Amino acid sequence: MLDGRSLVKRTAGLRLWLSAGWLTALVIGAVFAPWIAPQDPLMQDLFTSRLPPFWMDGAEPGYWLGTDSLGRDVLSRILYGGRVALIVALIAGTATALIGATLGLIAGYYRGWADMVISRLVDIWMAFPPVLFAILLIAVMGTGLTSVVVAIIVIDWTRFARVVRAEAMAQGAMDYVASAQIAGRGRMSTLLTEILPNVLSTITVLLTLEMGIAVIVEAILSFVNLSVSTDDPTWGGMIAEGRLSIHQAWWVLVFPLIALFLTVLSFSQLGEGLKDRFDPVLN
Amino acid sequence: MSFLKIRDLSVILRGTNHRLLRGVSLDVGATEVMGLVGESGAGKSMIGKAVLGILPRSARIVGGSIELDGVDLLTLPPRQRRHLIGQKAALIPQDPLTALNPARRIGPQISDRLVDILGWDKARARARAEEILHDVHIPQPDRVLRAYPHELSGGMRQRVLIASAFAAEPRLIVADEPTTALDVTVQKQILKLIFEMQARHGTALLFVTHDLGVVSKICQRLTVLYGGLVMEEAEVGAFFEAPRHAYSRALLAATPRHTDPTADLTPVPEAVIAEARRAVAEADQRWHA
Repeated sequence: MLDGRSLVKRTAGLRLWLSAGWLTALVIGAVFAPWIAPQDPLMQDLFTSRLPPFWMDGAEPGYWLGTDSLGRDVLSRILYGGRVALIVALIAGTATALIGATLGLIAGYYRGWADMVISRLVDIWMAFPPVLFAILLIAVMGTGLTSVVVAIIVIDWTRFARVVRAEAMAQGAMDYVASAQIAGRGRMSTLLTEILPNVLSTITVLLTLEMGIAVIVEAILSFVNLSVSTDDPTWGGMIAEGRLSIHQAWWVLVFPLIALFLTVLSFSQLGEGLKDRFDPVLN
Repeated sequence: MSFLKIRDLSVILRGTNHRLLRGVSLDVGATEVMGLVGESGAGKSMIGKAVLGILPRSARIVGGSIELDGVDLLTLPPRQRRHLIGQKAALIPQDPLTALNPARRIGPQISDRLVDILGWDKARARARAEEILHDVHIPQPDRVLRAYPHELSGGMRQRVLIASAFAAEPRLIVADEPTTALDVTVQKQILKLIFEMQARHGTALLFVTHDLGVVSKICQRLTVLYGGLVMEEAEVGAFFEAPRHAYSRALLAATPRHTDPTADLTPVPEAVIAEARRAVAEADQRWHA
C-alpha cells in the first residue's frame, strides 16, 4: 500500500526514532558522564598527547576517540561537553518558547495596542545582528552558563513571537472562535481553549528548532571563549582547540563537530517528526 | 410581540464614515422564521453578526438599538451582553469547515457551551450533547462525540453545528447561509433538519440566504436588503404574489425556477439598480445631515 498518508507516516516514524535515539543516547551520556566517561576529561598527560582514534595505528586502549595535544581524552570531553549543550538547549529553548509564544499569542489575538508594541519591538530586535548582540550582552553580564541562557532568550524570543502571532491571527478569524464568543466565553478563556491547542504544534516544532539553535549559539560562544569557564569542556571550546592542531590530530576537531551536527539535526528532525505524529489530521 | 427588535441600526467601516448598514429596522417574532435576502455585500450576514456580538474588528456600530427579549444589547456592558446573547441566541454558521475547532474533539465543543451558558456540570452537559446529536439524526452519537472534526463529512459537521446551536435551548437562532458550503445533495437534508428542529423547539429563526426559492418554502416573512438598506419587508405569501418594491420584483425575476428550467434568467435591470442606489444615497444624505 503506497498511499500518501502511510508514506508520510513511515518517514515521519523513521526520522522521529533516529533523532530521538541520538538525543536519548546523548542525554544518557551527559547525565551519567562521571560513570561512563573512560577518562577524566580534564586530566592532562603529555605522554599520551595526540593519540589517534581506536582504529588507527598507535591508538591506546581506553582512549576510543583519541586525545588532544594536552593528552585529554576526546570521548570523555565530548560527553562532558554534552552536559553544557543540553542544559543550554533545555533551559534556554523552553524559556524562549514560553516568553516568545506568550507575547505572540497576545499580539495575534488581542491585536490593538498590545500588538503594536510587541510587533514594533520585534521589528527593532530583528535589526540587530544576533551573534554580535549575544557577544555584547555577555560582555556586559560576564561569562557563565546563566549569561549564555539569558543571551539566547533575549535574542531569540522574536522567532516565536513572530510566527505564533501570525498563527494566532489566522486562528482568531475562524468561525469557531466566534462561536465560542457567542456562547459567552471570555477573551482569555477563548485564547487558552480555542487558539492555543491549534498553535501548539507550531510551538513544538519551533521549540525543538530553538533547542538546536541554542546548542549552536552555545558552541559559537564557547568557540570564542565567552561561554562557561575554560576549565569545563564544551564542544565549541574543543572545536576551537582542535582547529590549531588540525594537521597533526584532525580527530580533536572532527568528533565534537560531528556531535554538534548530529545534535542540531536531531532536534530539528524531532520537531518535524513530533508534528506529523500528533497532527490529528494525519492520524 | 417580537423577540428580536432591531431599530435604525447603523454600522460603519471603522475609521471611515462609510456605512455598511444604513439604519436597518427588523422584527422577528418569538417563533417566527424571518428570511433575510439580498445580493452579496448587501449586509445580510452583518445584521446576524451584529445581533450575536461577533462583528469583525473592521466594523463598528454607530447608531440604533438591538433588543433581544426586551433588553437593549447595545447599552449593556460587554460581559453582561455576552452572557445574555449566550443564553438567548445561537448561530448556525455558513462554513462547517472552519466553525469547529480542528484541534478539539466534538464532545467538549458542544458541552463546553452548556457549561458556559447554563452552568451545568460536565456529566450533565455531555449527556445533553449525546441526546441532541441523536435529535439531529446522527448515528452512534457517542462515537461522534469522541471524533475530531476532520473525521466527519461536511454534512455531518453541519449536523453537529445545528445540534450545538440548539443544545442550550436558545430562543433565537441566526442561520447564516447554512447550506452554501455544502453539496447540493446534502443541502436539502440540512434545510429540512433546521426547520424540523426549529418547529420542535419553537425557536425564532433569522434565516440569512440569497436563495428566494428556499425563503418561499420555509419563511413566514422576509426582508429584502440592498446596500445595507431595507428595500422591502413583507409576508412571504404576499411577497411572492406581488412584491411591492421594484428591486424585489427584479430580484424575483432573476431567480431560477425549477418548474421551467429552460426559461431565460432576467438580470436585475440597470434602472432598478440605479433607483436602489439613489435610495441609498438619500439615506446617507439624511444621516450625514
